Amino acid sequence: MTNLVYLVPLFPLIGFLINGLGWKKVPKSLGGIIGSTAVLASFVVSLGIFFEVKSAGTATSVYLFDFIKSGDLNIPFIFQVDALSSLFLLIITGIGFLIHVYSTSYMHDDEGVVKYFAYLNLFVFSMLLLVLGGNYLIMFIGWEGVGLCSYLLIGFWFKRRDFTNAAKKAFVMNRIGDLGFLVGMLLVLYNFGTLSYQDFFGQINDGTALVNSSTYNWIAICFFIGAMGKSAQLPLYTWLPDAMAGPTPVSALIHAATMVTAGIYMIARSSALYNMAPAAQSLVAIIGLATAIIAASIAIKQYDIKKVLAYSTVSQLGFMFLALGVGAYTTAVFHVMTHAFFKALLFLGSGSVIHAMGGEQDIRKMGGLNNKMKITGITFLIGCLAIAGIPGFSGFFSKDEILAAVYAHSPVMYYLTLGAALMTAFYMFRLYFLTFTGTFRGTEEQKHHLHESPAAITIPLSVLAILSIVGGYVGLPPVISEHHTLNSYLAPVVSNFNVHHLEHATEWMLMGLSTVLVIIMIGVAYARTKKPDFSENTGLAKVLENKWYVDELYDGVIVHPLGGLSKILNNIIEKLGIDGIVNGTGKLVNWGSGKVRILQSGQVGFYIFAMVLGMTIIFAISFFWIQ
Amino acid sequence: MPIQYYLFLSLALFSIGIMGTLMRRNAIVIFMCIELMLNAVNLLLVAFSKMNNDPGAQIFVFFIMVVAAAEVAVGLAIIVMMYRKVHSVDINILNRLKH
Repeated sequence: MTNLVYLVPLFPLIGFLINGLGWKKVPKSLGGIIGSTAVLASFVVSLGIFFEVKSAGTATSVYLFDFIKSGDLNIPFIFQVDALSSLFLLIITGIGFLIHVYSTSYMHDDEGVVKYFAYLNLFVFSMLLLVLGGNYLIMFIGWEGVGLCSYLLIGFWFKRRDFTNAAKKAFVMNRIGDLGFLVGMLLVLYNFGTLSYQDFFGQINDGTALVNSSTYNWIAICFFIGAMGKSAQLPLYTWLPDAMAGPTPVSALIHAATMVTAGIYMIARSSALYNMAPAAQSLVAIIGLATAIIAASIAIKQYDIKKVLAYSTVSQLGFMFLALGVGAYTTAVFHVMTHAFFKALLFLGSGSVIHAMGGEQDIRKMGGLNNKMKITGITFLIGCLAIAGIPGFSGFFSKDEILAAVYAHSPVMYYLTLGAALMTAFYMFRLYFLTFTGTFRGTEEQKHHLHESPAAITIPLSVLAILSIVGGYVGLPPVISEHHTLNSYLAPVVSNFNVHHLEHATEWMLMGLSTVLVIIMIGVAYARTKKPDFSENTGLAKVLENKWYVDELYDGVIVHPLGGLSKILNNIIEKLGIDGIVNGTGKLVNWGSGKVRILQSGQVGFYIFAMVLGMTIIFAISFFWIQ
Repeated sequence: MPIQYYLFLSLALFSIGIMGTLMRRNAIVIFMCIELMLNAVNLLLVAFSKMNNDPGAQIFVFFIMVVAAAEVAVGLAIIVMMYRKVHSVDINILNRLKH
C-alpha cells in the first residue's frame, strides 16, 4: 500500500485537470461529483496507508524520479510515508472530502462552480505534496501551490474589488514568509549539502554536522518566518481575517483546517532542528503566545460571523505554535487535528447560517436561529463546546495538554495562555448566543426565508460534530490513562522534547481551574448577550473592534511610505534618469544622423573619392601607428 | 634588372588608376582604371615573388586574376544595364541613390 502513495496526490491532480481544462465543457452538476470522487479516492488510499504505517510503525521513503541532479546536488522527487505524514493525509483528504460534499450544495448556484472544484482539487493536490514531500524542496512546491490556490479561491468572486484586494494581500503576506522559508532552505543546503529529511536530521542526530548553534538558530528562525506567513502569526497574520472574502467552504478547508496548519507541520517535521535551536524555539513560543492573546482579544469585538472565526483560527494557531515552542510537538499536532475537526465544523456551520440568511454575515442582524435550523444550531454548539474546552469534547484534551506543557515550561506563560483560552470561550459563546438564541433581529424577508440547509450540508456538519466529540480520545491526559494513543503513534517520527511531566495532583488542579473558569466565561457571555447592546463602542472596546489598528499601522508604516518612495522613484529616477537615458540615446542618434546624411550626396564620384580617402587613411594609420 | 624598376612601374600604374578613377566621369573608363590598379598590384606581387624566390605570391596573382575576371563580368553587366536605363555611362547622372 505504501508503494501506492503516489496515487494519493494523483487523484486530485486528475480531478483538477478534468475540471480545470474543461471548465467550460463539464456540466455544473458533474464538476462537484468529479472533485468529490477524486478526494474520496485519495481518502481511501490514505486510510490504507495509515493502517499500514500504524501496524508497521516504520518510516518509508518512496522514490519516484530524479528531480534535480546537477553535480553534487541531487534532489530526488521522493515521498516520505511515516506516522506524521499519514496522519496529515487523513486530516486533509478526510475533511477535504466532507468539504467537497458540502461545496456541491453550497456552490451549486454559482456560475463558476466547475472552476471552483478545479481550484479546490488543485489545493488538495498541493497540500498533499506539501505533507508527503521527502525533502524540503518538495514541501516548498506544495507550500507555494497552496499559497496560489489560496489566492485563487479568496479572489474567487473576482468581480468584487475588495475581494481581489484581499487575495492580493494574502499572496503578498505569504510571499514575505516564503522568502524566509527559501532562505532557510538555502542555509540548510549550504551547511548540510542536502535537503532530504533523512540526511538532514540524520546529520543533526549523529552530531556529524560541523555547524555551531547559531547556524541552527538562523535556519530555525528562517523556517519559522515561513511558518509565520503561512500560518498567520504575528506580524504577518493580517491576511487571514481578510481571506474570509472567499467562499465559506474554502475558509473551512484552507483557512482553518489544512493550509494554515502547514507551518505547524513544518516545525513538527523539523523538530530535530528546533531541539538544537533553543533561541529560535523561545521565539516560536513567544510569537505563538502573543498571537493567541492578540487575536483572541480582537475576536471579542467582531460582528462578522466569519471574522470572529478567522481571528479564532489565528488565536488557535498561536496555541499550536506555543506548544511547538515549549517542545510539545505531538501536542501541537494533536491540536492541529482536533482544531481541524471543530474549526471546519464551525466554518461550515457559519456557511449554513450565511446560506440561510441570504448572504448576511453580520451577527447583529441574526438571533434565534435555533428555532429554524436545528441541526446547524446543535452542531455549532458542539463546535463551540469543543473549542472552548469543555471536558469530554476534543478541544478540551488538546488544549489541556498544551496548557499542561506550558505550565511545566513556565507558570507565567501558563496564566497568559489561560487568559487567551478564556477569551476563546467568551467570544465563541458570544457568537453562539447572538446567532442562535434570543430573538431574530434581521428583516422580515430574511426571517421568512430562514430554512435548514439540505442534506449535503447537514451531513458533513454531523460527521464533523461527531469527530469534534470523539477526536480527543486518541490523546487522553496522563491522569486518566497512561497510554496516549497519538503520542505512541507519532513516536517513531516526532516526540515531545524536554517537556516535564506534572504531578497528577497539579494536573487535576490545572484541569479543574481551566474548566471552572471556562464555564464562568460562558456564563458571562450569556449574561452579556441576553440583552444585546450594539451601541457605539468606546475606549478599549473600540480599539478591539478596529483590530488594534494593526492594518492602519501597516498602512501608515509600510504601505504608504513604500507607495511614496515608489512615486518618488517613478517621478525622478524613472522619468528623468531612465527615460532620459533611453530617450536621449534616440535623440542623439536622430540628431547625428541628420548631420551625417548630408554626406550621402548620391554622386558616385564622391563615393569613390570617399572610399579612396578612407583607404588612404587606413594605410596611413597602419603605416604610422602599427609598426 | 633591379627591383626598383618594377616598383616604380607599378606605383605609376597604380597612381594612374587612382587618378583616373577619381577624375573621369565615364563609367567604362573608371572600370578600366580599377583593372589597372589590380594589375599594378599583380605586377608588384610577381616582382617580389621573383626577388624572394617564393612562388606563393604568384599563386595569389592567379587568384586575383580569376576574381578580377569575375568582377569584370559583373561590372560590365552593370554598365550595360545602366546604359539601357539611362542611355549614358556618365556616373554623375547616377545620383538617384540620394532620393
